[in-house]
Amino acid sequence: MSRDGQLVGEFFMNGDVASAEGAICAGCRFFAGYPITPATEVAERMAERLPEVGGTFIQMEDEIASMAAILGGSWGGVKSMTSTSGPGFSLMMENLGLGAMTETPCVVVNIQRAGPSTGLPTLTQQGDMMQARWGSHGLYGTIAIAPSSPQEMFELTITAFNLSEKYRTPVLIMSDESVGHMSEKVVIPPMEQIEIFPRRKPTVPVDEYLPFKADADLVPPMGNAGEGYRFHVTGLTHDERGYPDMTAEAQDKLVRRLLDKIELNKDDIIILEEDGIDGAEVVVCSYGISARVALLAVKAAREEGIKVGILRLVTVWPFPDQKIKEIAKKIRAFVVPELNAGQVVLEVERCAGGAAETILVPHMGGAVHDPDVILEAIRKGSK
Amino acid sequence: MSGNNDYTQIDNLLREDRMPHIWCPGCGLGSVLHSFLTALNKSEVPLDKVSVVSGIGCTGRTAGYVKLDSFHTTHGRAIPFATGLKLANPELKVIVFSGDGDIGSIGGNHLIHAARRNMDLTVICVNNFIYGMTGGQVAPTTPLNARTSTSPYGCFDRPFNLPKLVTAAGATYVARWTAMHVRRLEKAIVEALLKPGFSFVEVIAPCPTQYGRKNRQSTGLAQMDYYKENSIIKHGADTKDVDIDLNGQIVIGKFVDIECPTFYDLQTEILGKTFPHMSKTQAEEASA
Repeated sequence: MSRDGQLVGEFFMNGDVASAEGAICAGCRFFAGYPITPATEVAERMAERLPEVGGTFIQMEDEIASMAAILGGSWGGVKSMTSTSGPGFSLMMENLGLGAMTETPCVVVNIQRAGPSTGLPTLTQQGDMMQARWGSHGLYGTIAIAPSSPQEMFELTITAFNLSEKYRTPVLIMSDESVGHMSEKVVIPPMEQIEIFPRRKPTVPVDEYLPFKADADLVPPMGNAGEGYRFHVTGLTHDERGYPDMTAEAQDKLVRRLLDKIELNKDDIIILEEDGIDGAEVVVCSYGISARVALLAVKAAREEGIKVGILRLVTVWPFPDQKIKEIAKKIRAFVVPELNAGQVVLEVERCAGGAAETILVPHMGGAVHDPDVILEAIRKGSK
Repeated sequence: MSGNNDYTQIDNLLREDRMPHIWCPGCGLGSVLHSFLTALNKSEVPLDKVSVVSGIGCTGRTAGYVKLDSFHTTHGRAIPFATGLKLANPELKVIVFSGDGDIGSIGGNHLIHAARRNMDLTVICVNNFIYGMTGGQVAPTTPLNARTSTSPYGCFDRPFNLPKLVTAAGATYVARWTAMHVRRLEKAIVEALLKPGFSFVEVIAPCPTQYGRKNRQSTGLAQMDYYKENSIIKHGADTKDVDIDLNGQIVIGKFVDIECPTFYDLQTEILGKTFPHMSKTQAEEASA
């Protein structure tokens, strides 16, 4: 451990713990959460680690309070995070919308488990992918990242904090039980090798600061409470001063910007992993644990002589429309394995626009795919 | 603070560019806000370090009218938002200013847990016995037999006695005044602001538009007259004895003012055993 309490070196840890360590490296110093399987280990690790690095952990009375508390923590000037799973994620939705509306940087880690309802608390699913995009009411942009390994739980939690500060929005880590509870080697580099995006502080004098006046990239700099700005922050539709403005014009201006700041900065936000797409007949498009399981099927298909590529959506939201459109023109079919009845596949299908076939490989959760089922879909797509 | 010791000068604390406010004629919120801002001046807490957090409803609009760092959050969630704000920056003086429906009903769980923790927050709960903004529905505080739009034949849903609730949950300062008792209310808010831990001030306030006109107090003045004639000051009253019946007596005063370790005190004390740099108490830090 380094002097500032950061771990450095190689560790054997599970995805939940790796995510907590990523948060510590990213500068997260406030965590509010509520126990829930299979995300509890994130909170436990933060309870142990935050006091070591001068941060604060609190176990709140429920997930609604947890989400509210991290928004408050962020406005208090401290990078803040919570973690949860299905039922808790549902409870967080309203305040997630407050975070989007008030442009509050924070990170929410969802270790997905099988639903609906209590479902299979200890077993996996990727059933919340559309909830991640549309879960809170109204219109807002979403950034959601899907790690495939404990190493990525570490790295992408840092990425999530950076994106949340850069774009002033809650960022979701859409992991799942199998990645959260998977233990593997995690390499934690020294701090000087980790890129951190700091809070975008106002550059104008205190009395000229307009808390919701955006820079050219559509993101406003952010003052913190207690710094003398005396700003107002509201979940109501508001103007650049942060004052409520109950008109269609104000709504159009604000909401369009909330959507555009994600949509128009897609190229900067989206992370994709590509392999063997040039000349492929079939492209397996997947994310998280499903993309990892699909690797076995891709290997077997290639051994059979099928030209198959991989497009792994490290960032699921915003969706890489253009990339899918380009690939669709050149291939016969997309194969989309996901641990649900078909969520992200709808986006692939929409973007493919009929130029390529889209084959869903669904799975209701409780386990990961049998790679042979994915292989069969690849074979079907290649014909 | 204005420097001339005229604590009642609150213009500098109001967002005049947001006037006129949305509150109805006869509403008690204007005078409660005046008492609050005067108390804030009197308390001499550094204004740049003050944050006002509101939930949703008529009272919830208060955050939007004060020229302070202010947060208008979601319905019922002002207290957990305020908790995060306070924990992230313990230097802040965080005040939750919201209504009885917001704090006592949808936010009830957060209220009792913040009191249990003795979290360093001051909660000012304006109780008008009704959901005003949505058009006058029954509230968790509506007295039995009172008429509202969702209790058209009289309320048969037993109300909360909020001082009793927060006292039982662990609040260390609990007072109740009415919107008519502006000076005493002001004094109570000063005490609450300066009290370490969880302080709770309930303010009984008129809502002639939604509550009064359905319950034979059709003007703000009529409701003020009712407070004047039916309020009984009983400092130190046992909070189990301060229920409010329809058009009955209102027991007011300072009910609870006790010393008890705050969340911060216990956090620093207990974590300080493992992490010696954290063992300073808040008071020690303030005097350092």
